[in-house]
Amino acid sequence: MTDNPVVAGTGLTKIGRRWEDSLSDLFAEASRQAIEEAGIQPQAVFVGNMVAGELDGQEHLGLALEDGAGVFPLVPAFKVESACSSGGSALFAGYMAVKSGVYDSVLVAGVEKLSEEPSDNVTSALAEAADADFESYYGASFTSLNALLMRSYMKEYNVPRDWLSEIAVLMHKNAVDNPYAQLRKPITVDDVNRSRVIADPIRLLDCSPTGDGAAAILLARPELVKGDVQVELAGMGVGVDTIAVNGRSSLSDVPATAKAARVAFSAAGVDVNDLNLIEVHDAFTIMAALALEDLGVVSKGEGAKFFHEGNAERDGKLPVNPEGGLKARGHPVGATGVYAAVEVVRQIQGKAGKMQVPRAEIGAFHNLGGSGSHAVVGVFKRKR
Amino acid sequence: MTVPRYWRNIGAYYRLEGIKCKNCGSLTFPPRNSCPKCHSKDVETVQLPRRGRIVSFSLLRSPPKGFEAYVPYYVVVVELENGVRVFGTLTDVFGEVKEGMEVEAVFRKISEDGEEGLIHYGTKFRPVARGC
Repeated sequence: MTDNPVVAGTGLTKIGRRWEDSLSDLFAEASRQAIEEAGIQPQAVFVGNMVAGELDGQEHLGLALEDGAGVFPLVPAFKVESACSSGGSALFAGYMAVKSGVYDSVLVAGVEKLSEEPSDNVTSALAEAADADFESYYGASFTSLNALLMRSYMKEYNVPRDWLSEIAVLMHKNAVDNPYAQLRKPITVDDVNRSRVIADPIRLLDCSPTGDGAAAILLARPELVKGDVQVELAGMGVGVDTIAVNGRSSLSDVPATAKAARVAFSAAGVDVNDLNLIEVHDAFTIMAALALEDLGVVSKGEGAKFFHEGNAERDGKLPVNPEGGLKARGHPVGATGVYAAVEVVRQIQGKAGKMQVPRAEIGAFHNLGGSGSHAVVGVFKRKR
Repeated sequence: MTVPRYWRNIGAYYRLEGIKCKNCGSLTFPPRNSCPKCHSKDVETVQLPRRGRIVSFSLLRSPPKGFEAYVPYYVVVVELENGVRVFGTLTDVFGEVKEGMEVEAVFRKISEDGEEGLIHYGTKFRPVARGC
């Protein structure tokens, strides 16, 4: 086995309604930053994307994007898809490609466009993360499946509604300082509790917004990477579960996350207590609480309390989503995992500006696909 | 949804048919090609019990395409009498919905594929009527 891949460069676009920009333009913007910072070209591209086939009518996406962008010479390109964890899965593919020695440098880019279609089309496309024949067939929306988990969790652990609302409040507060974020506006617990019901008990402000965006990371063998601070992708893990919610014995946890974390932490040689920050997949407020529990940060039923007690703030015991998370930074579905990874890298590099957390040496990100079906966890470390 | 795809699922949609593994005995819904527990391909089709209890529910107000006419509607996970869990929606709800509430499977229209396409049928759940 060869060395762990090192991050040679990163790139992000602002998330939002990017009507002037095509998928290729977004891809070009993020990848150009990553490649210019790296000073090297990728030998292959792994694209994370979920719904370009459904909403944009474009499959064969890897090639379509690099050709449409023209930012670097054409190289082998692959689309990697696992619903909302597509970005994390693309990074996993890039990690394997470099770590195995097959390629010396690869570009991993997450790209998604959700703002140009009517919202019922987007709701239907996102519902394709669920079991098409037995969940979507009966009228499940993706939000409603998460709502089943939220109700079950609140009842089982007697968690007050306000504690979950406070997670959204913290994410919005963090995103105010994030130039790439979609929702840079503070909100209150009252705002969340009075927002429109989407699928009870989930309200509009429990949900991450839909938007357009792209994020990129260039991974390379260590000897190709310049710069004083080297950040390595020290370990990754993927955990899985049944595609449909009814196949799982509990609706109050996400075992796929726990499985992914075990593999990733062990590969990286770290314990959850070694982490200086973590990015979790808060597509809905409930998912942030569950993630902390399944990652082993807190025990079962304590996730929402961790936020309530202020432990997740930038200067708290373990900063969680210091850039605003999916909830406020935004959730361009297939790009989200790569955004989270870039945010962790920039924290470790000390480049997070106003969002910087203290002593960032080891950080992890968590990316979830489906209603708990596919989880990706990755650990970045400052190389000594 | 194409006709063959719909036709392949009719047993599960109309009659709540799952699979029983002849090797390890476990029951699975929806039907899978092989047993998800022991991976044996020696499985048989069985009809699942039509009564169960609600494990969790959500009242959906923002529907996917094709379900606008039903809004708001309840999505549920139901645990059937033999312990198998099924995802579905509720129909004929007049009172409050709660976890643990007893429901029964009924045959219903689910959606339609445009003006000229297939009409989709399947199983919904309704609260079990109490004597009054």
